[in-house]
Amino acid sequence: MKFLLNYILQLADNALIHGHRLSEWCGHGPVLEQDIALTNTALDHIGQARSLYQYAADIYNQLDSAERENLFTSAALLQFRDQATEDAMAYLRDSWDFKNALLLELPNKDWAYTIAKCFLYDNFTVLLYSALSGSADATIAAVAKKSLKEASYHRKWSNEWVIRLGDGTPESHERMQQALDDYWTYTGDLFKLSEADRKMLEQHIGTDVSALYAQWHSDIAAILNTATLTLPANEWRQEGGKDGRHTESLGYILAEMQYLQRTYPNAQW
Amino acid sequence: MENEWPLWEVFIRSKTGLDHKHVGSLHAADAAMAIENARDVYTRRMEGVSIWVVESRYIHASNPDDAEALYDPANDKVYRHPTFYDLPDELKHM
Repeated sequence: MKFLLNYILQLADNALIHGHRLSEWCGHGPVLEQDIALTNTALDHIGQARSLYQYAADIYNQLDSAERENLFTSAALLQFRDQATEDAMAYLRDSWDFKNALLLELPNKDWAYTIAKCFLYDNFTVLLYSALSGSADATIAAVAKKSLKEASYHRKWSNEWVIRLGDGTPESHERMQQALDDYWTYTGDLFKLSEADRKMLEQHIGTDVSALYAQWHSDIAAILNTATLTLPANEWRQEGGKDGRHTESLGYILAEMQYLQRTYPNAQW
Repeated sequence: MENEWPLWEVFIRSKTGLDHKHVGSLHAADAAMAIENARDVYTRRMEGVSIWVVESRYIHASNPDDAEALYDPANDKVYRHPTFYDLPDELKHM
């Protein structure tokens, strides 16, 4: 139970944090059409997160207090014994209880950095959701099947932007390369097996993310080749997101995202 | 503006078997981006199953000033309308 819950949160937190970051572009896109495109994409991710958080909350509500306190240290969430909701999972956990990959919490900075983030993540999620479509857990399999269609479009969109910027003007090429080089080192925990990953793999619920690396690497290399960009050579990677060790960026995201629910609990509008 | 992306006209087929209908226009750098933008701007609410885009500058239009000469003569020629046929009930979209 506890490993399943952690596993679901790994997936859900990735979707929520990425979706939230992309939603920051709403009203700020370089052109109206891309503003709408990114907002659509943000909503796809937040939709994925919602399905998973509902499932996570159902499991949370079945835990006893010792199990809850063993898994979480967020006081606001632990007030709940059996009435936790998807909102409680999203808005009442502190940063150390979040399990998203570091890459996704990094700032959007500019268009090139945002595209770099999407590109590295979308190429991963297509592989991940393909594998999880065959999960022994019916809910995870259903979410994965639905998300796979969305992820395929996201990947097409971000691949095309990488090619467009890489093979564009000298300035767009240079800035795309810089963004890729900078965010490359944060891709480590996408492919790192956590304890939850290992347990879920044993039960055929999860998949071996480390085994997806080779395919991801060759998919990315092919696009970068077309984009006349250089595959970052640095093999050293940051990691820690799955264990709740985050960059300072996550705190800022949560402060903005959670403020309203924590200040005015159950507020609706 | 000189650096602005060209304008594209978007046509969406809402259902297999129907015609593509003009739904609006948008800016895009090339045809591939125009189709993606059209997908995001015009098909978010399940409006379509197929998209056509054409760069606006390739569309040639009739001149509104010629409207009288072009269209008014058709006004009193009711025999040109195929209203004298009985259509089978199964036939829709005529």
